[in-house]
Amino acid sequence: MNRELPRYARPPPGAQPPYLHRDYGSTVKRAPSRALLPLQQTLSEITGPRFRAEPELIDLTRQGKGEALGQRIIVAGRLVEEGGRPVRRTLVELWQCNAAGRYLHGKDEHDAPLDPNFTGLGRAMTNDQGEYRFLTIQPGAYPWRNTYNAWRPAHIHFSVFGPAFASRLVTQMYFPGDPLLPLDPIYNSVPDEAARRRLVSAYDPDLSKAEYALGYRFDVVLRGRESTPFEGAR
Amino acid sequence: MSRDGVTPSQTVGPYFRLGLDRPEWSDLTRDGPRGEKIVVEGRVLDGDGSPVDDAVLEIWQADADGRYDHPDDGRPADERFHGFGRAMTDEAGRYRFVTIRPGRVPGQGGAPQAPHINLTIFARGLLKQLVTRIYFADEPSNEGDPVLAGIGDPAARRTLLADRQDAGAVYRFDVVLQGKGETAFFDV
Repeated sequence: MNRELPRYARPPPGAQPPYLHRDYGSTVKRAPSRALLPLQQTLSEITGPRFRAEPELIDLTRQGKGEALGQRIIVAGRLVEEGGRPVRRTLVELWQCNAAGRYLHGKDEHDAPLDPNFTGLGRAMTNDQGEYRFLTIQPGAYPWRNTYNAWRPAHIHFSVFGPAFASRLVTQMYFPGDPLLPLDPIYNSVPDEAARRRLVSAYDPDLSKAEYALGYRFDVVLRGRESTPFEGAR
Repeated sequence: MSRDGVTPSQTVGPYFRLGLDRPEWSDLTRDGPRGEKIVVEGRVLDGDGSPVDDAVLEIWQADADGRYDHPDDGRPADERFHGFGRAMTDEAGRYRFVTIRPGRVPGQGGAPQAPHINLTIFARGLLKQLVTRIYFADEPSNEGDPVLAGIGDPAARRTLLADRQDAGAVYRFDVVLQGKGETAFFDV
């Protein structure tokens, strides 16, 4: 195969969290002790799964018999490659706790009520402009046992697939002005401040729906294609 | 929010099953593809050798002819094969995929790579995914594989080889996140 194949750029130093981040205790026994081995990208890394017509769950407020409790929010944004190319027709998965800060999950022991009308599970396909949109409930903050009296800032987990195995991303979306953000070791694991801020959604009055729901914009940028030829040196 | 630069990764945390659980995706052969049906299974272990019961593993692989179902491959791939799979570990840290043995995929300069499965691991305590490759210990073409050849430490190279078990077409591949027997992970 002599075609020129794309190559996916590596993020600059500080733009991604390290594996070992002692302030987040769970990394201590799970972070690899050796440096990652360099790998020249091949077809294995520059291809990736595509999804056709996955069933969508874009309204998380009406998954039960009645309406979910809490502040309704619209979360919408674009999924793009670095450089701005939209990631079309790809799968966006999300999960979150309810308004009280409780996950519908057997391992969540937080003493806060479950909402019988809220699962916290969402799924969407991006459109041809790379856009997605969910209607959900503002998640609550919740305590965790990383350190004494530690609380996670309100967040929504996002799982997205770019065009390639190399562009796969799982992340968390936060809310602007959250006083827990400066204290959160997971958020602060990203060394570069500008990169970290990309995890914080923006309140968008144009996205809000009058007398119904607040709007938050969260664009996701995935590793993009380099313009240099694939066959060149790394 | 800025559009400049890639969105950072964050951990899947302990509650990902809520959003990511797709049990049917652990069987890549569910539509009856061509090729030798195999099972790839193993455990995920932490730096203490304890099972990691909250990991999610994803695989991406070529079909029996070594083709990826993707425009940047360009060759027509087996339409009945799902190249992507996802499985979650149980309380003993075990995972299991049903798939087919992939064919050889062109590598740098078109030279064929040995058959392999690309593996991604997410877990609580992993702030970003770990990536490795599953090779087959009984595969003669491993000798000429450029990625395997590029790993200087034989013990590290050995961690990428799945062993065929006595019972049927079952390959065993453990993922050791840290410490003794630590799996070789790649910066892709």
